[in-house]
Amino acid sequence: MVVQTPNGFDLDTAGKRIVVDPVTRIEGHMRCEVNVDDEGYIRNAVSTGTMWRGLEVILKGRDPRDAWAFTERICGVCTGTHALTSVRAVEDALGIMIPDNANSIRNIMQLNLQIHDHIVHFYHLHALDWVNPVNALRADPKATSELQQAVGPNHPLSSPGYFRDVQNRLKKFVESGQLGLFKNGYWDNPAYLLPPEADLMATTHYLEALDLQKDIVKVHTIFGGKNPHPNWLVGGVPCPINIDGVGATGAINMERLNMVSSIIDRCIEFNRNVYLPDVVAIGGFYKNWLYGGGLSSQAVLAYGDIPEHPNDFSAEQLHLPRGAIINGNLSEVHDVDVRDPEQVQEFVDHSWYTYGEPGKGLHPWDGVTEARYELGPNAKGTRTNIQEIDEAAKYSWIKAPRWRGHAMEVGPLARYIIGYAKGHEDITDQVTGLLRTMDLPVDALFSTLGRTAARALESEYCGRLQKYFFDKLVRNCINGDTTTANVEKWDPSTWPKEARGVGMTEAPRGALGHWVQVKDGRIENYQCVVPTTWNGSPRDAQGNIGAFEASLLNTRMERPEEPVEILRTLHSFDPCLACSTHVMSEDGAELTTVKVR
Amino acid sequence: MGQRTLILGIGNVLWADEGFGVRCVERLADRYRFGPGVTLLDGGTQGLYLLPFLEEADILVVFDAVDYGLTPGTLKIVEGDKVPAFLGAKKMSLHQTGFQDVIATAELMGYRPETLLLIGCQPEELEDYGGGLRDVVAAQIDPAIEIALDRLAGWGIAAETGRGDDSLLADRAILRDAYEAGRPDEDSACRIGDARFFPAAE
Repeated sequence: MVVQTPNGFDLDTAGKRIVVDPVTRIEGHMRCEVNVDDEGYIRNAVSTGTMWRGLEVILKGRDPRDAWAFTERICGVCTGTHALTSVRAVEDALGIMIPDNANSIRNIMQLNLQIHDHIVHFYHLHALDWVNPVNALRADPKATSELQQAVGPNHPLSSPGYFRDVQNRLKKFVESGQLGLFKNGYWDNPAYLLPPEADLMATTHYLEALDLQKDIVKVHTIFGGKNPHPNWLVGGVPCPINIDGVGATGAINMERLNMVSSIIDRCIEFNRNVYLPDVVAIGGFYKNWLYGGGLSSQAVLAYGDIPEHPNDFSAEQLHLPRGAIINGNLSEVHDVDVRDPEQVQEFVDHSWYTYGEPGKGLHPWDGVTEARYELGPNAKGTRTNIQEIDEAAKYSWIKAPRWRGHAMEVGPLARYIIGYAKGHEDITDQVTGLLRTMDLPVDALFSTLGRTAARALESEYCGRLQKYFFDKLVRNCINGDTTTANVEKWDPSTWPKEARGVGMTEAPRGALGHWVQVKDGRIENYQCVVPTTWNGSPRDAQGNIGAFEASLLNTRMERPEEPVEILRTLHSFDPCLACSTHVMSEDGAELTTVKVR
Repeated sequence: MGQRTLILGIGNVLWADEGFGVRCVERLADRYRFGPGVTLLDGGTQGLYLLPFLEEADILVVFDAVDYGLTPGTLKIVEGDKVPAFLGAKKMSLHQTGFQDVIATAELMGYRPETLLLIGCQPEELEDYGGGLRDVVAAQIDPAIEIALDRLAGWGIAAETGRGDDSLLADRAILRDAYEAGRPDEDSACRIGDARFFPAAE
């Protein structure tokens, strides 16, 4: 039976059920079940968060100045973004103003994380959904060299000998029997469309990106003192600046700023000469695979980030755009106020929590986390080993956040659609340029590939922004302002007895918010609504489906027992997960178990 | 140039016994000092971020909580080429990017440390967000360190007693004592939800 959701998607549970069950121990643990019809099209999709996490049970009673160090550990990837969101929330609560240099340095670090995450995501997590490294062994190095020079003429690493060397290295690795990183692919699946030369080129860039990413993170080491887990500070940044200083430790000096500058330049070059050309080239072979749009053409949300001035989060002062688009109306971008109790709310009707009454939404400041784990009457399996979810009942540990009642997609594509709709100059130029190059209409944006392309464009734009804030920082320092922190309100005796605040960022995967309440110098309540909560959200009381679920609908699977297409689209959101998939046959027997990244 | 050694603790300190590896390097730095060729690192649950450290190491010693179906608190020592396979054999990765992938990537790039030593401990409890190490696991920190020191000595790497370099360890707010002592008690931060919203007893 076909059911239409209020947000306009047709669901049909008649076909074969396929279970993809990724398991990890971090934010974004998820499982996915779909129903596939006789022709291989996905007609129903269910996204389940399989892990319960509540930060309030950890942070209650702690010193708010320490919260960043805890939130940095929530996630295995977005450490810095959580820390930044946390210090912003605490500063907001306590009315702490940060100096201009701290704003520039935080922006540089946040942009650095965006670029690192986007490049690593594309080459090391997502590319293998499109690129077949095993097929690369069949490539002709000379033809690969010609392809490289046509696709990215400014990239110096392009000789036939270079590609032959990489191919040999790859061969050795594969033949050593430890295919390792590549061992879990579906390498003979007809969903892979690239010729061997494109596979070799992209696999080569996979290796180049590995080298580059090691240097990118040095920016965090320089400004954050160490990496992973850089240091943060309520009131600014914890690195003093002394332009004339010497040495590799102590205050930031010109020598280390020059190192940052050269890393920024390398990222800009890589984005322009390798990453974007690869997305165009690979996308060109998959131009007819325009599945996966889901909510993106209907409802997208961004809080915005990268403030031009410290302490000013007004929408027009943010370089990454803020806004909300609903009902597919791109001509109207709504402003977003994360303090407004009517805007961001979390619902739990299909989540394993209870608020005591159905259909109730709570703003994160009032957020509560009371577990109620129960399976619906049509679930198969046991409470500890679910074989099939009953999505008509409670089915996820993820709450369902809504913006004014709407399920929203967040992330690079959401930011880019909002930027495009608002006429953000850089974003509009990038988007129209890309569409022209690829000879695609605007509608092509609303797709899995659109998500992947938006991430690449954003990486390029973030590189330019990083350079802008670097120059701003250096200029300021040369002019004699080397202040990096404001410690006026460091002492809790200067704080109000009770206060609450909110911190917002655009994490690589989308809008991230931390809401904090401080009482008598200690944390009273702390709630995070993370990007994967928005995108991976279960249904709400009205039956609206979330972004993951919507994006999988109507995708055709070449081989339902090999969920390449599901992974392609889920990965395009860059969810935080390393996953094991169990593909079930109709009677629930396990056909294959594969670990997928 | 002498042997460069990386002593790495991995795991998520927020998940009870998952923090074993990180707590081992913490205590190691608290009690012992090494020469300049030795780096102590809290790797958390990071994946590729750890690659630069692997590149600069000839010897890699990893402390980790490994779920291998043993009696809780059992130490498991694995060496050499068996380390990646062992890490991969876990039913599921406890970390975001499985550390075996990090080692495999280092291998692909041609700079995997030559010498690998994994000192693992079977966890008792992982499903306690915000909790600390269980006694049976905490009791294995010192024995695990003894094993590491013994092996290191065998490779000619000596430790002196005294405080070592803790610059690459966790912020003081989440070091073990502060983290465990500062945990809100069950009365003020209910372990399973928000008591204000519990339905009245039925």
